[in-house]
Amino acid sequence: MLLKLTFNSLYARLLTVAMTVFAISLSLMLYMSVEKLRTSAYTSFTDTISQTDLIVGARTSSVQLLLYSVFRIGNATNNITWESYEDVINKKEVAWSVPISLGDSHKGFRVMGTNSEFFKRYKFRGGQSIELEQGKNLDDLYDVIIGAGVAEKLNYSVGTPLIVSHGLQSFSDHDDQPFRVSGILAKTGTPVDNTVIVSLEAIEAIHVDWSTGAKIPGQITPVEEIRQMDLSPKNITAALIGVNSKLQIFQLQRWINDYPEESLSSILPGVALQELWRIVGVVENLLLGISVTVIFTTLIGMTAIIFSSLNERRREMAIWRAMGASPKVVIGLLMLEAFIISVMSIIVSTVMLFLTLYVLQPWIDNTYGILVNIEMLAVKDIYIFMLFIIAASLVSLIPAIRAYWFSINDGMTIKI
Amino acid sequence: MEKSNLNEKTIQINSVKFHWSNKSKFKLHIPELSVDKGEKVLLLGESGSGKTTLLSLICGFLSPLSGKIQLNEKLINDLSATKRDQYRSDNIGIIFQQFNLLPYANVIDNILLPLYFSKLRSANISNQRETAISICQSLRLPEDVVNMKASELSVGQQQRVAVARALIGNPPLVIADEPTSSLDTDAQNIFLDLMFSQVAISNSTLLMVSHDKSLSSNFDRVIDMKNVSVKEK
Repeated sequence: MLLKLTFNSLYARLLTVAMTVFAISLSLMLYMSVEKLRTSAYTSFTDTISQTDLIVGARTSSVQLLLYSVFRIGNATNNITWESYEDVINKKEVAWSVPISLGDSHKGFRVMGTNSEFFKRYKFRGGQSIELEQGKNLDDLYDVIIGAGVAEKLNYSVGTPLIVSHGLQSFSDHDDQPFRVSGILAKTGTPVDNTVIVSLEAIEAIHVDWSTGAKIPGQITPVEEIRQMDLSPKNITAALIGVNSKLQIFQLQRWINDYPEESLSSILPGVALQELWRIVGVVENLLLGISVTVIFTTLIGMTAIIFSSLNERRREMAIWRAMGASPKVVIGLLMLEAFIISVMSIIVSTVMLFLTLYVLQPWIDNTYGILVNIEMLAVKDIYIFMLFIIAASLVSLIPAIRAYWFSINDGMTIKI
Repeated sequence: MEKSNLNEKTIQINSVKFHWSNKSKFKLHIPELSVDKGEKVLLLGESGSGKTTLLSLICGFLSPLSGKIQLNEKLINDLSATKRDQYRSDNIGIIFQQFNLLPYANVIDNILLPLYFSKLRSANISNQRETAISICQSLRLPEDVVNMKASELSVGQQQRVAVARALIGNPPLVIADEPTSSLDTDAQNIFLDLMFSQVAISNSTLLMVSHDKSLSSNFDRVIDMKNVSVKEK
């Protein structure tokens, strides 16, 4: 009966209660969205590269190697020679390898030289492969494959000609050797989207007339002649390595790091990603802080609303008391009300969140490359909901205790 | 119960003193006051004379600073607050001046509310809903009223529902605090007649507070606050 009457009472104040529930639901939804984005951002970030066991580059820190080889941020301190690379991949532990050559750019997008292994071996989001959305593979020396982001921002399609610039912020172009878009990759949500991919031979080709970073004055080798030349790569920037057995990773890593011919570094991408996330993760803490503040504000809001309804409900309390309800029942009624409001808010916010995610998921994925998983509530969410209900019931004690004193002092004299 | 049975007292008050600590001007001192079982008593008094405070003491909302309050020969001012609440729900039906009902609940739920808190009163009734409806009929409430929300009733109807609620489960004592003040004269008389007949049926004692002397003729006895309380400065 108490429950029924509490529901009736809430229903009688439908507008106020609905607004309260809506306000709390929005806050809870904000909290859950922030949480979802936070965890999804982390997952998307750590899923940038998967199934690669080691990344090899010139001697540098692990975060820097990861930044330039995978995220294409910053520059390599040095290249590694093809001979060293061959020494590494000839080790019996190595199952596969992808050489990467960086250093040039096209309209702000990084140009990466690699071979066909890249398309086979580069995995993201726990094993997804990159796929061609349009066009075909690198067949010709002057073919490029562009990421979805490049195609979108520069409005390129298959067949569009392009010129590669020397270096990253250079005014000198390799305009004597124009390229042509042969394929466009499907969206991955990784730095691959913003990469222009050419063959390793193409990287060699455009540098035929260059020496130590500068164009040799007056020397222009005709394209036909270049096509006949031996364009085997002499240097690469980094390499992605897969091993035959996971047990051999550390052994191989140590061998590479101790390689006597050249100073090399090899890193575990997973470990380096974690390390990097710890730097980027300040944002994560900030989001968490915002979430907690939102919840806190919500609770204060609900308390204020219950408080403001107390005076008008003083008479109602007196009726309960006259019927023999102890002041504890009065407290219980208000806490029950807060409980019902918080449970309703949780239900409403969950429904709103899933509807919103359902609508926005493709957009978030396309725009930010963050795949927000629409999955059932995790145990952690339920734990947080329960915590919220308990907290809501507890803060409702503040107005409830005030009602307690009202009902003790009012007795038969009811102030309206 | 016969009214002549004067030995049984429903209310017996001796040397009760009360004052609010923060209201130093107001002090209530009642040397002696008693109401017999089955009596219909009108308590007259000006506003500010302490009528409502006296009712709060009798109902156990307040506890006297000294003296004795006995209901049905049970000393209630010694009981804990919780026990006083229980005692009130078991033994006293209360009617306020107005706004007696939970506006969002329907008439039946309002009438049955005291039974939720009192097993004793609830045990007096076999079929709660039917009893509530039959009391409503005796109080000449229209049939369709029972399922209406309290807020949809007229003031007169609300006061009659309040009587039905005060009387359900036959509590020994009914206390009414100026229940007719919000009604016009005709409605007052009809209301009092209906209330008296119901109080008689359930064998309850009635203590009604009013400042309106013209109601006196309807009661067995009239007590004036001026005569029972001692002015203290």
